[in-house]
Amino acid sequence: MLNTKRHGKLAAVAVMAATALAITSCGSNEPAKSAAGGGASAPAAEPVTITVHTFGGGANFGYKKAVETWNAAHPNIQVKYQNLTDRFEDVYLPQLLQKLQAGSGTGDIVGIDEGAMGLMKARPQFFTDLAQYGLDSRKTDFPAAKWDNGINKDGKLFALGTDIGGMGMCYRKDLLEKAGLPGERDEVSKLWPDWASFMEIGKKFQAANPGKGAPKFLDGPNTLYNVVLSQEAPKNGNIAYFDTGNQLVIDKNPAIKTSFDTVKSYSEAGLTAKLASFTPEWNAAIKKGGFAVMGCPAWMLGVISGNAGDEGKGKWDVAGVPGGAGNWGGSYLAVPAQSKHPKEAAEVLNYLTGKEGHVAAFQEAGAFPSSLSGQQDPAVADMKNGFFSDAPTGKIFSDSVKDLLPVFLGEKHAQVKTAAEKVLEGMDKGSIPYGEAWTRFIEAGTKAAG
Amino acid sequence: MTLNVDTPAPARRPGPRRTAGHRSPGRGGRGFARFDLRATPYFLVSPYFLLFAIFGVFPLGYTLWVSLYDWELAGDKTFLGLDNYINLITDGAFWNAVVNTLGMFVISTIPQLVLALIIANALNKRIRGRLFFRLGVLLPLVTSVVAVAVVFTQLYGRDYGMINWFLGLFGVDAIEWQNQSWSAWIAISTMIDWRWTGYNAIILLAAMQTIPKDLYEAAALDGASPRRQFWQITVPMLRPTLVFVVFISTIGGLTLFTEPVMFEGNPTMAGGATGQYQTVAMFIVKEAFRDFDMGYASAAAWLLFALILIGTLINYSFTRRIGGKK
Repeated sequence: MLNTKRHGKLAAVAVMAATALAITSCGSNEPAKSAAGGGASAPAAEPVTITVHTFGGGANFGYKKAVETWNAAHPNIQVKYQNLTDRFEDVYLPQLLQKLQAGSGTGDIVGIDEGAMGLMKARPQFFTDLAQYGLDSRKTDFPAAKWDNGINKDGKLFALGTDIGGMGMCYRKDLLEKAGLPGERDEVSKLWPDWASFMEIGKKFQAANPGKGAPKFLDGPNTLYNVVLSQEAPKNGNIAYFDTGNQLVIDKNPAIKTSFDTVKSYSEAGLTAKLASFTPEWNAAIKKGGFAVMGCPAWMLGVISGNAGDEGKGKWDVAGVPGGAGNWGGSYLAVPAQSKHPKEAAEVLNYLTGKEGHVAAFQEAGAFPSSLSGQQDPAVADMKNGFFSDAPTGKIFSDSVKDLLPVFLGEKHAQVKTAAEKVLEGMDKGSIPYGEAWTRFIEAGTKAAG
Repeated sequence: MTLNVDTPAPARRPGPRRTAGHRSPGRGGRGFARFDLRATPYFLVSPYFLLFAIFGVFPLGYTLWVSLYDWELAGDKTFLGLDNYINLITDGAFWNAVVNTLGMFVISTIPQLVLALIIANALNKRIRGRLFFRLGVLLPLVTSVVAVAVVFTQLYGRDYGMINWFLGLFGVDAIEWQNQSWSAWIAISTMIDWRWTGYNAIILLAAMQTIPKDLYEAAALDGASPRRQFWQITVPMLRPTLVFVVFISTIGGLTLFTEPVMFEGNPTMAGGATGQYQTVAMFIVKEAFRDFDMGYASAAAWLLFALILIGTLINYSFTRRIGGKK
């Protein structure tokens, strides 16, 4: 009975959504039709609305300003920018797949996280070939790795890069200082050139903050794990959970094991606040100072400043990451085949992934440009972040992506990642004993891949 | 309705019946009258059946169809036959979800029904401000499930939650409520009970009010205590309503979804790191919309359907016995 009820509800929602879509798409088609009937020769005279769908917390993709600028200059191609959710893997991605399958409901341009690019590359039928609109000319703008990842199974260019996840360490200046450690960012960077010294600093911090309710050194297992993995993967054939033949190697890739062991050692030493990333409790701890240090890909700056709000301004800062360069995350923009205005959408996509769009997104959300021209732009290279005590984030992140190598992510990367990180959370919180965690980790990953 | 009105009327009101019974010939032929009389009721109830066919029967059949395939969301589809069902039956994660669901069902429903019965009995007495209390117990139902879950989840929060703060006053260490099965089950059960106890109480109260007062008067004359009256008169007379309430609770309990999802905080549908509070409904959604395996999820949905049927039958045979030894 409930079975029917559930499906009934789903179907009802689907019908409503479809109706709403029909109404809206009629709305945008109306002027086009009447103009065509009137025999108007200039197609540019018909205003077209291009919707852009993205995801992410805080300032997310950072397109507010960029879209305003575009809209002011292009009365005929108006961009409607919607950030659908702050969660990619478990909210945005399933919704996007459903809309692709249904044949309607996606934006004219959609944001895709790096983690799901393998999945999208394997479904070329749902996306527009961007080379058709001349965007293949942008090849020299991007590092090879970023560019190649936007080419799908059929060899067509379907997505262009937005940001890239250069790495830093975000920390609470006031908390470190309270624990008798230096707070100035260059000195902090010198404190932890490698992971061994990072561990020592963590222990010192904990010793100065004993007792219940006192802040912990790190937030939880996930951010640390991903930072280490992003450094280790390039040392081990540039693969993570899958090899380039799309076979699961979670139990064979030394990069995974090293990252896992690192997280385990920090958890066992009691250096984490036992928080799962992107949960309400994690958000609250960012705001209330529940922990001092967190691994920070460039886009995380927007998440922290968005969560902490104005009162956190000046308390946070960014230092270098122990152990050097790495890339965690970064996104792409693509035009679904169901878009009614692929040509205009491609134009907007070109703008948002171009130098101007990249620079604007970096200024707004700290999303570090993946385009070389964007990275070299003085507005990025000399950028200081007001929220993070005027940290020279432009320099920190461009240094961290200098020698970046591409990491191959398989078709089911997002699922395996989610399942594996669940085990890390369980281990950290104590519902999975440390001794069993590695076996459980492999089991969960294997199940998610199967 | 119209059909019924005609038959019992004649004995008492012979005059008006004549005109009432023959009002149709004035409007059209005899054939149309009969058609009108017979078909109109079906026509009037048809919207429900149409909607049921579209939103009920069709999805059921379609789910069955999908469950026979390896059906990937926006991807490949291959026919599997019954493989999905066979895999499910040997899937530990599925049975883990079943155990969680049954566990939470038992620890939430039994206290809930007992409490509802007690509350209903209290509200059935002559007390001051009866209407106020009766409306009061219904209030939790008006609030949205999500709001309830959000508030309770914050109450059960490890670091900043009120319950741990309260326990802390007695020197109890902060409990990570999400971490073990027992604590998570309790937390989720309190959410369910808070919301549904009043609802069941009101239904039971309505049934209690239909019990003839003279039964109680006779019992009181015979010297039966109020407690004895409650067990010997009220409970047996409530049997049909109790059956209904248990049915509804069984269906609701076995399809438990929103509360545990909200309790998890980040909607991965995993129900905790080891799935300690993942319900069957969450399992289905996880398979369908996290791992994009629609076929497997559909098969699980059908197994859940079977599970509910079995659960309802078991509960029915239990409740049928209430007061049976009279």
